[in-house]
Amino acid sequence: MISLIKELTSVYGPSSREEMIREIIEKRISGKVDEIYTDTLGNLVAVKKGKGKSKRIMLAAHMDEIGLVATYIDEKGFIRYSNIGGVSSFFSLGQKVRFQNGITGCVFYEEKLEEFKDLKHNRMYIDIGTKSREETEKLVTAGDIAVFVGDAVEQNGKFISKALDDRIGCAILIELIECLDKVQNEVIFVFTVQEEVGIRGAGTAAYGLMPDIAVAIDVTDTGDTPECKPLSIDLGKGPTVMIKDGYTISHPKVKDALIKCAEEKSIPYQLEVLSRGGNDAGAIHKTAGGIPTGGVSIPCRYMHSPCEMVDKNDVENAVKLLKAFVTASF
Amino acid sequence: MILKLMELTKIDGISGDEQDVRDYILSHVKENSLQYVIDSMGNLIVKCNSSGQSQLKVMLAAHMDEVGMMIKDITEDGKLKFITAGGMDSRILPGQHVRVGTDKIPGVIAQKSIHLQDKDERESVVKLKNLYIDIGAKDKSDASSLVSLGDYAAFSSDPVLFGENRLKAKALDDRAGCVILLELLQRVWPFELYACFTVQEEVGLRGARVAANRVMPDIGVVIEGTTCADVPGVKEHEQSTLLGKGPALSFADRTSIGDRELLKHFEKTAQEEKIPYQWKQTATGGNDAGRIQTSGAGVKVITVSVPCRYIHSPVSVLDIKDLENMRDLVEKALEKLPQMV
Repeated sequence: MISLIKELTSVYGPSSREEMIREIIEKRISGKVDEIYTDTLGNLVAVKKGKGKSKRIMLAAHMDEIGLVATYIDEKGFIRYSNIGGVSSFFSLGQKVRFQNGITGCVFYEEKLEEFKDLKHNRMYIDIGTKSREETEKLVTAGDIAVFVGDAVEQNGKFISKALDDRIGCAILIELIECLDKVQNEVIFVFTVQEEVGIRGAGTAAYGLMPDIAVAIDVTDTGDTPECKPLSIDLGKGPTVMIKDGYTISHPKVKDALIKCAEEKSIPYQLEVLSRGGNDAGAIHKTAGGIPTGGVSIPCRYMHSPCEMVDKNDVENAVKLLKAFVTASF
Repeated sequence: MILKLMELTKIDGISGDEQDVRDYILSHVKENSLQYVIDSMGNLIVKCNSSGQSQLKVMLAAHMDEVGMMIKDITEDGKLKFITAGGMDSRILPGQHVRVGTDKIPGVIAQKSIHLQDKDERESVVKLKNLYIDIGAKDKSDASSLVSLGDYAAFSSDPVLFGENRLKAKALDDRAGCVILLELLQRVWPFELYACFTVQEEVGLRGARVAANRVMPDIGVVIEGTTCADVPGVKEHEQSTLLGKGPALSFADRTSIGDRELLKHFEKTAQEEKIPYQWKQTATGGNDAGRIQTSGAGVKVITVSVPCRYIHSPVSVLDIKDLENMRDLVEKALEKLPQMV
């Protein structure tokens, strides 16, 4: 699995620029599904048709990662930027970032800044090592988006990488496509776009599909690091079944079905109750007349940083849990 | 076009109260004998004439509402307390002339006089709750005979042409967009063009999604007024757009990231037709494109804006050449749209 994760996390794909990651995913799954297409905003939809008169289940994981969009190039060639998605100015400081054409930049701040608590993106910049605006503009122009550099590593049963949010979700869907035989239900795998900037792709994908049930697969926070805020989610204790997050209260029937599958198959799981944060479920459940939606998440330390960390067993158990779920009768 | 814009800015139409603006626009729509619909929220959706050459459906959108105030309380001594509709810098409010309610009762926005304020009050930020509107009433019952709770208060600000090609007026955001739509809806288009004059953009992009759900377009083109801070004290990288440098294309803002093909198409059109243009150099703000893009099964969107200094104030300023160039750019880019798709 590490080679799949290495491949998926290393590909460039910030919100609105998902073409490259979409292409990689499509190559991996074509021939293994009955139907595959890309919709208006760029969501990749892959359908495994069902055997009988059954439910249509949508599983969603987002392809996009957070990034920095170049807004202004000054006369010495330094690049001012704004955030694409939730990017902490502190996590960005001192990081390497990379643009689509491979150009690497250093993110730093205006040294005259007096109070570190005032560190915001408008007091920071990206340096690609040029001497002038003209030199920079040959390589990077306003509107170009850079992503963090953070190569994937497997160590002590954990994966460490940038963009595990949510390439790990994409990896889970790909594994599911490969190991799932034809089942009663129709399973629609949707690799969504622009989740990080406001859950923009998932709702439109759901509208076009109108599934009977939906589950969003994403990463979630943990409560197991030094002096962190209390949360009953630990790395390695199993994928979570979402009760609620900042945008969605899971449909009780979906949540109960997920818990039932976990218990019946003795799959370790945890319960996710978040006061902030959201995922594709946030847009899916409110689509059109409403869609019963739940979530399965992978506990992840250091979200939205270049060194996100997940547990290998949690990922494998998530695949098992979702396999049991889509095989169930509703 | 400029005279129409000046007339449009004179009309008061704060979010939720757009009917007078809509009536003005409607009179021009009827002159052109076009089909139209006014939906339950008050959006005016006009179907332009099509030659039938292409089945493409394009939604052209500009919002009719402006930022303003609403009366929430009348004090015992006849002063009016208010809330704002839409984002406003409260520091620009003291001293402004306003007109309240359908009878347009004149008033001024005031706070405690400076020579009565203590040092802390003088040096702190103007707070909305310390402001009030004075309509010259004696007391609560006198004021209540002239205005009511829920009445809107708009800036009293007449349009003025000044300097070189400059227009000062309230509500350039987004009557400038509305006047461009009025120009473009007069022609026959090779595809289905819906000119949508939306409501309640300033209070949360509320009209646009409803209009988009009715039209179900393939493409959305939003015509707006945007920030322009090329003034003293602003760092170059925060100026956003420059007055006089042409209409601005937005690669991203807080509510939408522009469709790259559409952006390339508009840029290419500007270059081919030798129309000056610029890129908006910040990713702040939001507009109807955010709701249009995520409506239905998804819509490709682009935002084109005219730079407005002092936006959301009674003295917003635009360059007339920028407005004319925006009309030309949008017209030419729309003409060539079927080839791009």
